[in-house]
Formats: sequence, structure tokens, C-alpha cells
Amino acid sequence: MNRIDKTFQALQAEGKKALITYMVAGDPSLEETVDLVVAKAEAGADVVELGIPFSDPLADGAVIQAAAQRSLDRGTTTDGVFKAVRKIRALSQVPLVFLVYFNTILAYGPEVFLNQCKEAGVDGLIIPDLPFEEKEEISHLMDDSVYLITLVAPTSEQRIQELVREAKGFVYCISTLGITGGGTGFFSGLEEFLARVKSETYTPIALGFGITKREQVKPLLPMVDGLIMGSKIVDVIHQSQGDPVELDVFVRSIKMEFE
Amino acid sequence: MNKTKFGQFGGQYVPETIMNALHELEAAYRDYQHDPEFLKEYRYYLKQYVGRPSPLYFAEGLTKRLGGAKIYLKREDLNHTGAHKINNVMGQLLLAKRMGKTKVIAETGAGQHGVATATGAALFGMECTVYMGEEDIERQALNVFRMELLGATVVKVTSGTKTLKDATNEAIRSWIHRVEDTFYVIGSVVGPAPYPEMVRDFQKVIGEEARAQILESEGCLPDAVIACVGGGSNAMGIFHAFIGDEEVDLIGVEGAGKGIETGLHAAAIAEGKVGVLHGMKTFLLQDQQGNITPAYSVSAGLDYPGIGPEHAALYERQRASYVSVTDDEAIEALNALCLSDGILPALESAHAIATVMKLAPTMRADQILVVNLSGRGDKDVHTIAAYQKGEL
Repeated sequence: MNRIDKTFQALQAEGKKALITYMVAGDPSLEETVDLVVAKAEAGADVVELGIPFSDPLADGAVIQAAAQRSLDRGTTTDGVFKAVRKIRALSQVPLVFLVYFNTILAYGPEVFLNQCKEAGVDGLIIPDLPFEEKEEISHLMDDSVYLITLVAPTSEQRIQELVREAKGFVYCISTLGITGGGTGFFSGLEEFLARVKSETYTPIALGFGITKREQVKPLLPMVDGLIMGSKIVDVIHQSQGDPVELDVFVRSIKMEFE
Repeated sequence: MNKTKFGQFGGQYVPETIMNALHELEAAYRDYQHDPEFLKEYRYYLKQYVGRPSPLYFAEGLTKRLGGAKIYLKREDLNHTGAHKINNVMGQLLLAKRMGKTKVIAETGAGQHGVATATGAALFGMECTVYMGEEDIERQALNVFRMELLGATVVKVTSGTKTLKDATNEAIRSWIHRVEDTFYVIGSVVGPAPYPEMVRDFQKVIGEEARAQILESEGCLPDAVIACVGGGSNAMGIFHAFIGDEEVDLIGVEGAGKGIETGLHAAAIAEGKVGVLHGMKTFLLQDQQGNITPAYSVSAGLDYPGIGPEHAALYERQRASYVSVTDDEAIEALNALCLSDGILPALESAHAIATVMKLAPTMRADQILVVNLSGRGDKDVHTIAAYQKGEL
């Protein structure tokens, strides 16, 4: 069974919600990425999203762009990220999801990329620039060992039903009109939007983009099965120069709100 | 075949947040592309505001100097704002107006598309924001000032290579954020569908006029049509009407910068690999990891790491060929045209002229070349001066 399903089922059995956290692989370094993922998982991250840095991250705000650039400047490669995943897998069974732009996969070769994901132990892919209309590029190569995570936006409206019909793992609901890092506040019809997504699928739904503070957590939890924190985590890692202890403290402080 | 693609190229590789906006745009475009009222309005502005039709000028001086084929120049440089870019802007802004959008955003490299968009926005009373890379803002200070005079806000983009590629990323990011009331005016035959097709349609007037004009003056079709290619809108504009004329060679000219072998170039077809950027699948300059590598050309308008997907398809099915010209060759061509015919071409267009200078002498005097002179070179005088001083 895919680790994402296992995790959500276990949480649901206890009536709990998932904390999903993002970080950019290779920022500050791939060695530290291994330690940071393990630290996160021990501090209570239920799913870890790992960004493979790309030169032109269209869906990301300034914080993640800068982190990706730092990582690329250090020479991070796709093979290097796979190597880090293998090291993580030797230490932790936390579900791992890649956030990867489609050109990275094309350059690697989609079939080889997916085989590497399977072998290394990656459970899902979020490809922000591969919408429903283009997903055939890769979906025909995938089985349930690696899920293609479905993204749904406030502007998806009449598309929602079609988008989530075959959703697996979790549905990534975008909270804002905008890119990662937010700062503009949530979409005003958020509650109705999430209710609509929920009504169309049995797959767990998670909300991301613009979640930066622990005070935001409690009011959102009843509407979702999980919350995704990205830019804020990237920022904590950057500010602490990749200190696993500081990350541990921060993730625990967020996780407390889930109890 | 997918209707958003040209062969395997094109498509809609964008975040889900803007998919509905693309569908809305596509539906509006399908509604209006054959609508007589819309086309009447578009043609009105092309004639009365842009100054079309542009002449197809027989370049006596250059023809004589090269001593081969007859050379005709399609004078897009004589359009209002000085380049072909305004044709497309008129079409997109009239569409935006019909869709009820009051705010427009655009990306710009050299600033020509930004100036054209700012111009159209002023004409139609729209709020205009232009995204421009920090490096281009420095290189093209005059165009920044022009946009501001026209009431546009110019946003400096400091990410990545700080040029057109990054300005386009930022414009798309901004569109994701403002998608509900904002129209994104893309300046070339690039981006997600329907942009490459729509921009080509708003530029195809160039080739339609040129084809009729050459038939009128020579009574036959040219042997070749030549145009420079950054994203490729002036080239698609002039090629389109000739695609069915198999006997006419279509030649696109990419910027070879300091030479392909130096790595400092913008030759996406010559050196690129198929990939995905800015919502489209096409040939891209990229490294082994799929990260986009910076393009370089003395001409800011050719300084783009990709090429429009329809060009990629024309190349793949061998209907068009693509060559490249270095900075040195382009500058030499620019000087030649100044002296032979008293025309200062844009650095972009000078790449097409350079190709003519290679081809014409190898051809007979009864053969004909039509070149798209896509813009005038006034904007480039500082760059040319710097080049002559050896600073570039």
C-alpha cells in the first residue's frame, strides 16, 4: 500500500489531521536535507514534500524561488536528490512527495524518472505545471506505487468534479489566487470551495499556499484532512542555516495545534 | 491530434489556477476570430492607428550592392511604435475589451512589446503593468521611459537571469494572482495555447499583405521569405500566408550571439532540446537537468531561450529552415543597410538582413527574396555605439 494512504488511514482512525510540510532539496545542502526530513518526520510531519529545484519555478513565490536558486548554485542534480531520498528511506518511512516541474522530468526521461521514484521510495508527485489537460504525458506510466497528486484551485469551479475523479493520495487544494508564499490572504469563498471539493471525492483533501502561522491551523482543520506548510518552513530552514533542532522546535509548535 | 498543439509542440503546461482563464480566453477568441464586427474594428485600428498596410519596398541599394537576387523589405519598421509588435497588441486589447477586462499585463524584453502594450492601453483607457528584467531595464532605458510616459507601470524583475525569460515568469505569476480581472497580453507566438495561434493570427496580416504586394509588383511568388526569430512572432506573421506555397522557402534566423561554439547565443532550434517552459512544449536551451540556460544576443528581442511551438513544428516537418547569425554579422548587415538604402533596421531585423547578404549573391538576378524588416533601429543606437566602442 502507498505510504500516503497508510498515513491518512492511520490518522483518520484516530480522528486526526495531517501536517504536510515542504522543503527544497539541497537547501542548504543535500546532506542536510536528509537530516532535516528525518527531523521533521520525528517532530510530527505526517507527509514530507520535497522540491526538486528548477531554474524557472512558475508557481512559486520569492521565498521558494530563492531557495531553489541557492540549491542549484550548490550544484544540486536530480540524481543527487534521488540519492538523498535513498538515505532518508534508510532512516524513515515518512511518506515522501516530490514537487517537481515537468521539464525536470522530461529532461531525465519520464520512464526512468518514475522507475527511480519507485526504487528510491517516493510516494507521489506534485507537478505544478502539468494540469489535467496534459497529465497523459506521465499518468499512463504510473501505477499505485507513485501517485500523481491532483491540484485544485479556487478558480477550478466546474472543473473540480473532473479533476478529483481519479485523485489518489490526497487532493492538494490551493487556498489563494496566487503563488506559494501567499501574503495576500485566503480566497474569500474558501469554506464553500473546500466543501465542494470534499463533496466530490473520498480522497483526503489538504490545503496549502499561504499557511504561515500556528494561529491559522485550528480554524482551518475542520474543513480539511490535512494542511500543507511550505514557504514558512523553507524560511525557518534558511534562517537557521539548516539547523535540525530549530526545525524540530518549529514543527512541534505547529503540530501542537493539531492535537 | 490535440487541438492545443502543433504536432507534439505547444500545449497548456500551466498551473491549475489559470486553466479556467485559458479556457475562457480560448472560448472568447473562437467567438471573435471570425466575427465580422470584431475583425472590422481590428482592421480599422490597423489602418488608421498603426498605419497599415506597410510598404513592400524594393531595396535597390542592397540589391545592387549584393549583385544577386532582388531584395524586398516588408517595412514593419514604419508601423506606429516602430515594430510589428503593435499588430498583435491591437488584436489582443480589442479582445480584452470585449471580454470586459480593464487591466492588462505584459512581459517585455527589448521593450518593444511593452511600449506597444502601453500604447494600446493608453488608447483604450486600460490600466497597464509591464514586467521587465532588471538587466533589460538598464539596456533599454529609453523604452522604460516611453512606457512610463504612456501611463504604464514598469515592474522590475530581479529573479533568475533578470531578462525576458524571467519577466515572462513574473508576468505569469502575476496573472495567476490577478486572473479574475486581468488580461495577459503575450508579445510573441509563445506561451500556453491559445496564445501561439492567436498571436500568429494577429500577425498574419504581415504575410497576407506581403504576398499580395509581391504578386502585384513581380507577378510571381518570392523564392524565399526570411525573418528573424526570438519567440518568433514577426516570422510566423510573415510565414503564415506562404506556408501553402511549397515552392517558397521559409527561413527563420536565430541569434548566434558571440558564436554557437562559445555557448553565448540564443539559437534554440540549432542547439536546444525539447522541453517545457512558459506553458509550452518546444525547443529550449537547457542543461542536462532540464534547467533553462541563459540565452545571449546583442539584440534583446532575440534573447530568449525558446522558440514558438509552431516554428518547432515547421522545423520538424521541414517546411521551414532555421539558420543563425552572430552579433558581428548582424551589426555588419545593419551598417550595410544604413548605407545602401538609408534604413536603420532594429538589431533583431538586422539578423534577417545578414542572412540575405549571405544568400542573395549566390542567387540569380531574376530570383526574389522577401525579408521582414520587423522593426526600426532607433531603440538600438546606444547598443550599437557601445558595440562599436568594443564594450559588448
